[in-house]
Amino acid sequence: MRLEPRTDTPLAVRLLAPLGAVLAALALCALLVAWTGAPVLRAYGLLIEGAVGSRFALTETLTRATPLILTGLAAAVAFRAKLWNIGAEGQLYMGALAAVVLGGGMLDLPAWLLMPVVLLAGMAAGGVTLLGPAVLKVRFGVDEVVTTLLLNFVVLLFVSMLLEGALKDPMGMGWPQSAPVDPAAELPKLVERTRLHAGLAIALGLSLLLWLIDTRTIWGYENRAVGANPRAAAFAGMPVTRVMLRTALLSGGLAGLAGAAEVCGLKGYLTLDLSPGFGYSGIVVAMLAQLHPLGVVGAALFIAGIFVGADAMSRAMPVPNYIADVLVATSLLCMLVAGLLARYRLRRG
Amino acid sequence: MPTPASRAVSGGAEVVLRLDGITKRFGPLLANDGISLTLRAGEVLALLGENGAGKTTLMNILFGHYVADSGTIEAFGRPLPPGSPKAALRAGIGMVHQHFTLADNLSVLDNVAVGTERLWRPWSDRAAAKRKLLALAQRFGLGVRPDAPVGDLSVGERQRVEILKALYRDARILILDEPTAVLTPQESAGLFDTLRKLTADGLAVVFISHKMNEVFAASDTVAVLRAGKLVATHATASTDQHRLAELMVGRAVKPPAPAALVPGAPVLELASVTVASGHGRPLLDTVDLTVRRHQVIGIAGVSGNGQTALAELVSGLIHPAGGHAALKGERIDRADPAGMVRRGVARIPEDRHSAGLVGAMAVWENLIAERYRDRDFSRLGVLRRGAARAYAREVISAFDVRCPGPDARTQLLSGGNMQKLILGRTLAHGPDLILASQPTRGLDVGAVSYVHGRLLEARARGAGVLLISEDLDEILALADSIAVIHHGRLTPLLPHGRVSVGQLGLLMAGHWDILPEIVDAA
Repeated sequence: MRLEPRTDTPLAVRLLAPLGAVLAALALCALLVAWTGAPVLRAYGLLIEGAVGSRFALTETLTRATPLILTGLAAAVAFRAKLWNIGAEGQLYMGALAAVVLGGGMLDLPAWLLMPVVLLAGMAAGGVTLLGPAVLKVRFGVDEVVTTLLLNFVVLLFVSMLLEGALKDPMGMGWPQSAPVDPAAELPKLVERTRLHAGLAIALGLSLLLWLIDTRTIWGYENRAVGANPRAAAFAGMPVTRVMLRTALLSGGLAGLAGAAEVCGLKGYLTLDLSPGFGYSGIVVAMLAQLHPLGVVGAALFIAGIFVGADAMSRAMPVPNYIADVLVATSLLCMLVAGLLARYRLRRG
Repeated sequence: MPTPASRAVSGGAEVVLRLDGITKRFGPLLANDGISLTLRAGEVLALLGENGAGKTTLMNILFGHYVADSGTIEAFGRPLPPGSPKAALRAGIGMVHQHFTLADNLSVLDNVAVGTERLWRPWSDRAAAKRKLLALAQRFGLGVRPDAPVGDLSVGERQRVEILKALYRDARILILDEPTAVLTPQESAGLFDTLRKLTADGLAVVFISHKMNEVFAASDTVAVLRAGKLVATHATASTDQHRLAELMVGRAVKPPAPAALVPGAPVLELASVTVASGHGRPLLDTVDLTVRRHQVIGIAGVSGNGQTALAELVSGLIHPAGGHAALKGERIDRADPAGMVRRGVARIPEDRHSAGLVGAMAVWENLIAERYRDRDFSRLGVLRRGAARAYAREVISAFDVRCPGPDARTQLLSGGNMQKLILGRTLAHGPDLILASQPTRGLDVGAVSYVHGRLLEARARGAGVLLISEDLDEILALADSIAVIHHGRLTPLLPHGRVSVGQLGLLMAGHWDILPEIVDAA
């Protein structure tokens, strides 16, 4: 038996690869679950029930998926152009920061205009945060993996400083949290008496829009060409630098929007635990989706389901909910292997 | 001087290598189909064939890079275990790859000795290694400086280091893959001298080539491969070029015949153009050049002498630091690839894989890459995919690109079809100037004659062609006038027919002192 590179990967294999990866990850993590002494099948049963088994579970999963779709899109858009944006977490917080600053009574706008402006401001803040590393990359060849990753910590400390100082809610009983945003800036709920908000609709709309841009417009055409072969794109006369900066603004903007939508749709104010690593999970989402804008939706739902389901499971069994992190991380590793295997075929002899 | 071809190898010499029924498949492609060959001590065997005929595959099997699907190899009467370069080396087989496998930052001696010493030894016996190297160099006339860093050596010198590397490992069978592709004519002659000394010493040499004149200059026996099959084995002396060419291609080939045309108005003018390299010698040094309509100007030179900078300049990728360039009388004021396309420059890049095409994208997407902003292909930022595909279908049929259709992924095309795709993209719009950088590198004879035909057709239509090629035969076949590039400097145009191959070779090696006599004679 031998592995041989495929010249072309059929669609079926490309769709089966993530599925196989997820199953492999579940199988591997079953060992950990078994180690805790819990019955594996029942644990996974509870996990699935906790993720999609009721109206409440389903809306929780969708709520959790909303920022993941956006950060997943942020990573997918950037990675396609070979811009390795590891800084979605920081961009998310910058977006959230812009949302609480502008939505907290600083702007005097008609009610119908406030929410869109706040969301756009969040996008702008995230985009500008990534623009810096992108400019350094195209001008001086500075490695954006390092700059974007380290900026995450800079942003978090900056937000922490503001929450302890200038932005601290005087009514917040001393907690490091900002004042709430104006009710007019809040995103409407999609389902009454749940936490599911209109951010989901925005995220779904954006993934469809990005897919259309990618396949139907000269913007997307340039992005794909620059991502796949910047030298050939430059030779053909495409504005490679402009494409890179545009991609940075878009990617950072999507991450910023994730933060603004969390503030305006879910939390109402900013704290340092706004995101349990949505920025980093977005990378996993994008990889599972093989950087496809529509695939991001499915991958985000999967990961959100794992997290929400694992919470429910851990309440009923002696399995800690950290199993969700392990599952997600294992899925990513399995996906990398599956992606590799999908490019090969098995041959006898 | 006795030519090697006249030196018959006695039938009684020891058989050192025997390939028997070697077959290798890559997916649907039968790269080697039941090939059997024998090689005797003191023999030079030329392995002749087009690109893709299976020459390199066969040698890679012999050297253990690939494992044959079936067939056996015997070296010096003992079976050679498949798939092990180590075993091949131990059996006395040495290989000189087309792309050298030397470390630029190490010295000649280190490059030669690397891998021959045991890993866990506190110190190496450099003095002994050096003695052995110098003795070998002396014996076979391979002059090298053992302590010079390989990065400073010329291509010809690097090749000598590669050969010495094989000899240092006591190779008795030497495989050379397209050894002359990077050499000047004089360096090639020097290589053939070396081969004679090696075979006189009892070594056997397999040398892979697709150039006919070299086969006659250097080999005793010639084996012709076509589409993976061994189609003929002849004593070189008992055959002729014409016959070999037909065997190689499988049909009659005729060389391109440029019609005599009167050059027209200038389309490209370079005046004292200098391109800085950022350190040391400029890439282009006060270059003057004029290309006129109905004219093919050939730029001859050994690789790495400024050809890339010249091509990038005319492609619009870089802007000169000094002097100026003009297209159809209009001065070029900045680096602007898209602008060059708009002004009627067809650009055929040197490296079609990395600069010419986006392999991961579809054929139609590559065909519109230079013009996607035209109203034909997009409106208000939205691609007109239907129109682009229809256009792609037209180009595919007009330029005979063999592919499943406009949606095929470009990287699945063969090299020849990729080049046709680039020709289609650039020539379909009636350009005034064609920049052809190494337009036939790596192509088979059929594709080469297609590309040449298209270039001459454009010349007849009124385009000027700037042909940059390291293949002197190609330049001699197409160019009306030739300029030689060396260390970033360009000779004046030398009319084809007034300059000999020998003179070109000297100019390519930097002997510009002969220039006055050529120019005077012309």
